[in-house]
Amino acid sequence: MVLRYDVIAKEIFLSSSIPLNLDIERYFNHHKMMNRIRAFEETAATANADGLVLGAIHLSIGQEAIASGVCQNLEKDDFLLSTHRGHGHTLAKGANPQSMMLELLGRRGGICKGKGGSMHIADFSVGMLGANGVVSANINIASGAAHAIKLKGGNNISCCIFGDGAINRGPFLEGLNWAGVFKLPVLFVCEKNGFASTTVTEAMTSGEGGKQRAQSLGIPAEEVDGNDIVEVDECVRQNIEEIRSGGGPRFILCNTYRLHGHTASDPALYREQKDVDEAWRNDPISKCRDLLKNAGVLDEDLEGHQTDALSEMRAIYDEAKQAPWPELQLAYEDVQDSGDPREEAF
Amino acid sequence: MTVMTYADAAKAALAEEMRRDPLVWAVGEDLGRGGVFGQYKGLVEEFGSERISDAPISEAAIMGASVGAAMAGTRPVVEMRFADFALCAVDELVNQAAKARYMLGGQTNVPMVIREPMGIWRSSAAQHSQSLESWYTHIPGLVVVVPSTPADNKGLLKSAIRSDDPVVYLEHKNIWGIKGEVPDEDILLPFGKARIEREGADISIVSWSAQLHVASEAAENLQTKGISAEVIDLRTLWPWDKEAVFSSVEKTGRLLVTHESVSVGGFGAEIAATVSEHMFKALKHPVRRCAAPRVPISYAPPLEDMIRVTATNIVDVATIMMDSGN
Ligand SMILES: Cc1ncc(C[n+]2csc(CCOP(=O)(O)OP(=O)(O)O)c2C)c(N)n1
Ligand SMILES: [Mg+2]
Repeated sequence: MVLRYDVIAKEIFLSSSIPLNLDIERYFNHHKMMNRIRAFEETAATANADGLVLGAIHLSIGQEAIASGVCQNLEKDDFLLSTHRGHGHTLAKGANPQSMMLELLGRRGGICKGKGGSMHIADFSVGMLGANGVVSANINIASGAAHAIKLKGGNNISCCIFGDGAINRGPFLEGLNWAGVFKLPVLFVCEKNGFASTTVTEAMTSGEGGKQRAQSLGIPAEEVDGNDIVEVDECVRQNIEEIRSGGGPRFILCNTYRLHGHTASDPALYREQKDVDEAWRNDPISKCRDLLKNAGVLDEDLEGHQTDALSEMRAIYDEAKQAPWPELQLAYEDVQDSGDPREEAF
Repeated sequence: MTVMTYADAAKAALAEEMRRDPLVWAVGEDLGRGGVFGQYKGLVEEFGSERISDAPISEAAIMGASVGAAMAGTRPVVEMRFADFALCAVDELVNQAAKARYMLGGQTNVPMVIREPMGIWRSSAAQHSQSLESWYTHIPGLVVVVPSTPADNKGLLKSAIRSDDPVVYLEHKNIWGIKGEVPDEDILLPFGKARIEREGADISIVSWSAQLHVASEAAENLQTKGISAEVIDLRTLWPWDKEAVFSSVEKTGRLLVTHESVSVGGFGAEIAATVSEHMFKALKHPVRRCAAPRVPISYAPPLEDMIRVTATNIVDVATIMMDSGN
C-alpha cells in the first residue's frame, strides 16, 4: 500500500522534536503486522469459545510490538524458536495464517498436519523451528541451531523468544552459557509480561531478573519498553547487526503486559481490573497508531489495517471450519524411520 | 579384519563417519582430552576442537543444543559420559528429540546419536552403574542400540550416525577393553537384526550388551551338562528382531531372557509377553527372566555382586526349565 499523508499533520510532525529520521514506512508495516497478529489472536479466541479449538491456546494480545519488532528484523533463513505464546512470532516470521488456523483447529492442511496444535506451531519453510510446550526448552535448542550455523559457516542467526517465567528453569542458565562459551549467533529475547500462568513472575524470581542474569554470563543485555515498537525495532536491529558481524550472543529484555488471561479461557481473576485497565492505556498498537497519525499518516489507512486484518482472519477461520479432519493414517506417520509403530498395539 | 577393543571400534566408526561427512560432529564433557574412557582419544588432533567439541557440565544443553543443531542440518554425536547423567536431560531427549518430527508434522527430523556408557563397573555405586535401556524402548521416536562386541560397536555406531532418527546408543562400561576382530571396511549393521551368538536346540537364551557374554558363559556350562543352548544377541531393542527370537523358540520351545538391568519393567518382560502372545503353543515351559532385583547398585564389591546376574544363575534356571519341561 502506498503511504498517504495528511499534509498539515506531516508538516507539524517534521518540525517537532520527534526523531526526524523515523522511517515511517517501516512503522506503517509494523502497524499492519501488529494488527494482523491481534486479529489472529482475537479470531483464535473466538474459535476457542466456539469449541473449535480444543486445546489450550495462549494469546499474545498486548505483546504484538515484540513479535513484530523482533521477527520482522529476521531474514527468512534466520532461525526462530518461540514459546507456547507463539502465534504472533510465527506470523511475523512469515508463516501462513491459514495453515496456522487449520493447525489450531486440528484440521487437514494444518501447518503440522494437525499433530501439533497451537503449542507446536512451526514453519520450517520460513525458518520458524517451533513453539514449544515445555517452558524454557527452546533456549538450548536455539543455541544448538546457532551452533549448527557456526559449524556450517553461515551468516544467518538464531533467535529465541521466551517468557519471564522461563528464566527460572535450568535451560536459561545452560543455554545462555552455551551460547556465550561458543560465541554463537543467537538473539535471546525475554518477554517480561509480568506473569507466569497465574503467578506474578517477580514473586518467584530472586535477584534482579533476566537482564542481570544474562550480563552475569557475559552476554551484553539491554532493556526496552516492549510496547514501544520504535524502541523494540531499533534495539533489535542494532543487536542483530552486532550478532551478524560476529559479536556473539545478545539479550534483550522487553517489558510488556499480558492483557488477557494465561490461556484464552482464563478470566485472570487473580489480578486487579484497574491494573488491566491501566495496561490497556499502554496498548502497543494504539501507541504505534498515534505515532503514525502524528507523523501525518492518514487515519483511515491505519483504521484500514485493523479492519482488513479482522476480515482476513475471519475469512481464514470460516474456511478452516469447513476443512475436514486429517487423514487417519497420519497418526502412524512421522514417528521414526526404524521399526513399525503399529506393532504390539491393540 | 583388525583386532581391536570395543572402545577403539567405536572410535574407528566415529572417525570414519566424520571423514565421510563434514556435518558429523561430537560434543560432550572432556572430549578434547579423549573422553573419560578414552573412547575419543586422538580424534581432536585429526578433526579439531570444533568437531570434537568440549562442553560445559550442562547435560540439558548438550542434549538440547544437539537437538537444535540436528534440526538445523548437522549430525551431532552426543556424549553423555555416564548413562545416569542423561537423566539430567530427559526433557531434551524425550519431549524434544523424540517428538519433534512427529509433533511438527514431519517438517524436520532429529538425526543425533546419544552415547550413554551404562552398566555395572566395579564399585561405581548407584549413580554411575545403571542400565536403563528399557525406559527408552517405551518412547516412540527413539532407536535403542545395545552392542555387545567390538565388531558390532563399529557397525552399529556407523548406522546410528547415518540414521535420521535420534538413536540412544548404550555402550557398556565393563566391556570397553574386550577385544575382537573388527572389519576394516565400511560396515553398516541394520537395526532390528539380531545375531545368533551360538546355535543350540534345547533352550533359547536372549540377551544383549555385556550380559550377552554372561549368557554365552552359561551356554558353555550348560553344554557340559548336556544342554544345548542357543544364544541370541538382540543388538538393538527398538526395533527388535522378533523373527529371530520366534524362530529360535519355534525350534527349542524354551525361552530365557537375561539382562543386567532390573527385572521389573525390564525389556525381558516385553520379550516374554510378545512370545507368550504369539507363540504360546510352541512353549514347553513358561518364559523365564534372569535379571536384577529391584534395588539400587551397591558400592562394596560383595554387595554389588549380590545383584549381578551370573552364569550360574542362568544355568540354574535353564536346568530347572529343562527338568520341568514336558
Ligand atoms: C517445564 C514446564 N513447566 C510448567 C509448564 C506449564 N506452563 C505453561 S506456560 C507457563 C507460564 C510461563 O510463563 P512465562 O515463561 O512468563 O511465559 P508467558 O506465559 O508469560 O508468556 C507454565 C507454568 C510448562 N509448560 N512447562
Ligand atoms: Mg510471563
